[in-house]
Amino acid sequence: MNFEMLMGYAPRLLDGLWITIGITGLSVLIGLILAVPLALMRLSSYKVFQWPSYFFVFYFRGTPLLVQLFLVYYGSGQFRVELTELGLWGYFREAYFCAVFTLTLNTCAYTAEILRGAIQSVPKGEIEAGRACGMSGVLLYRRIILPSALRTAWPAYGNEVIFLMQASSLVSIITLLDLTGVARRIISETFAVYEVYLLIAAAYLVITYVLVFVFKRVETHLQRHVQSMS
Amino acid sequence: MFDLDGYAPIIIAGIKNTLMVGLSAMCLAIIFGLIGAWAKTASNWFIRSFANVYTTVVRGVPELILLLLFYYGFPQLIQDMAESFGYEILVDLNPFLAGTLTIGFIYGAFCTEVFRGAFASIPLGQAESAKALGMSGPLMYRRILLPQVMHFALPGLGNVWLVLIKATALISIIQLDEIMRMAKIAANATREPFTAYFLASLLFLAITVVSMVGQHYLEKKWSRAGAH
Amino acid sequence: MKFATRILVALLATASIYGQAETLKMGTEGAYAPFNLVNKEGQLEGFDIDIGNALCAEMKVECEWVTADWDGIIPALMSKKFDSIVASMSITDERKQKIDFTKKYYTSPVKFARPKGSKVDISVEGLKGKVIGVQGSTVTENFVKGMFGDVAEVKAYGGQDEANLDFVSGRVDLIAADSFVLYDFLASEDGAFAEAAGPDFDNPKYLGEGIGIGIRKGDDELKARLNKAIKAIRANGTYQKINEKYFAFDVYGAE
Repeated sequence: MNFEMLMGYAPRLLDGLWITIGITGLSVLIGLILAVPLALMRLSSYKVFQWPSYFFVFYFRGTPLLVQLFLVYYGSGQFRVELTELGLWGYFREAYFCAVFTLTLNTCAYTAEILRGAIQSVPKGEIEAGRACGMSGVLLYRRIILPSALRTAWPAYGNEVIFLMQASSLVSIITLLDLTGVARRIISETFAVYEVYLLIAAAYLVITYVLVFVFKRVETHLQRHVQSMS
Repeated sequence: MFDLDGYAPIIIAGIKNTLMVGLSAMCLAIIFGLIGAWAKTASNWFIRSFANVYTTVVRGVPELILLLLFYYGFPQLIQDMAESFGYEILVDLNPFLAGTLTIGFIYGAFCTEVFRGAFASIPLGQAESAKALGMSGPLMYRRILLPQVMHFALPGLGNVWLVLIKATALISIIQLDEIMRMAKIAANATREPFTAYFLASLLFLAITVVSMVGQHYLEKKWSRAGAH
Repeated sequence: MKFATRILVALLATASIYGQAETLKMGTEGAYAPFNLVNKEGQLEGFDIDIGNALCAEMKVECEWVTADWDGIIPALMSKKFDSIVASMSITDERKQKIDFTKKYYTSPVKFARPKGSKVDISVEGLKGKVIGVQGSTVTENFVKGMFGDVAEVKAYGGQDEANLDFVSGRVDLIAADSFVLYDFLASEDGAFAEAAGPDFDNPKYLGEGIGIGIRKGDDELKARLNKAIKAIRANGTYQKINEKYFAFDVYGAE
């Protein structure tokens, strides 16, 4: 077995890459959208909002993603009847849906925590200046607090996205043929253990540093914006 | 709810292996971290690049792939290489060893960053005054630098531990009898996967809570020690 | 003093026993009832385990069991994590390129299961558009993909248990497996909703020449000893006793 022979598997590996990118992309997008209200709930002065958000974030950050994945994928099977009655089984039946669902909840919890920290660190002066200009709650959040928080949160958020992309390799364990899943199939056909894993490791390394590069570029862009304002 | 036809006790017993692998891996990670932090600030170009490659690779490759490489890939690679030179050797990593090594190796990279930050936050004057007092390198390291580094590094190390202990669930894939693998056995045998995995998740949550309480206590103790 | 001497003698005796006994590391999966599984005490049990232990007893060696993921079981043998695979592995030409096998120790055809009342016909026509769950990297997977892969979706799982779980929850329409494993599942409470369907498939092109013990290439001495031991337990009735413990019929098949 040599690396040249592996090239024959390139089409399947590309299919796997596409699944990895698709699952990561969808989860990151939906997770971010859900994380904003979750972070705001956590910062709310009402306990009814605070506590559910607190426990959600605590549970998803305090347990391994692998357990969460199995809990959703195999666990949902235990409630098939109930889920069918609710009309949800059609979704949970699909491994792809379960993977995106779990990764979304997971990244949502981490992102909410990053956002919370960032919102709390928005300088009081900026908020007061916004108020002085007569901005109300929603406008204040949209124009002042969230943009400022985004700049603070960006580097940490970049790490979270990279972490999620790598963690998506776990979906191979629930029958999905992502990059890792395809690799494991190829190994079971060819038994070329280290050749395939080294190749896949290199592939993830490339994806990671492409993401690092993109996030750095956006970061400088965000910072330049700050400098031009000041 | 958590009877699981008598399978619940073996899941709970899995805590022992989870903690053992976690603690051994953490010790290893701290050692890797200290070496890494030293190497990253070394004057030797080669050592420095070596440390950079280490942290770059670890942060760029999923834990699952590294684990499978350590457990299945490397032993065979080494054996094949030895064979091509005409030697027959046996590289045997049992799941515990492979798991501990992989997790320790991965989180050693994170500890490297933690220690580098901690070393950087010690005022330069301290090392200089130690030198002025005539302390030798190792003595200065032990008496002046290390206690302070630990003080600065503790919050970071605590966070590494919280992530590390969750990562041990992965070792179930190479069949170490820890919480996750026992949950899987119970889930498949009782066909109550939700109950089994939920119990497993609660056990991890319990470890997290206990660790956080411990971390809080230690930080209080060390910050007092650092303040005097 | 007398007591101390006796302890010393006993210690020396056990030490010499451990020193002399040769151990044979046997690898298995532990997720393939009734052939190999992990019970409530966390111990391995099943037909494969009993056969393995009987072979060790016959060869006068100590058995040491090691479990491995099915996908990783051949790599694990090749990287010497154990010396033999006793895990209901079919002897196929594909695998023979990498490892060697003893003579078979049982034979098992492949069979399908469908939910009762589903009336799916096990044919190229009947399986059109269905989702079939199988354990990945098995002869069953190759067979089902080869015969029906063009019309049906074949979903490969890491272990048979997981395929069963998804059959119960309805993620797959049918499962295909080694018939003894399938019947074991159908006899369980969870498998009661389903029934075996279609003929016993024993297509040698896909299904190989029975179930054997996998060993590394070049381990000819071990191979000869294991073959001799298989023959011996067949001859002295041990095999039949183990067979009766698990199945009401003969699993060895034609000589």
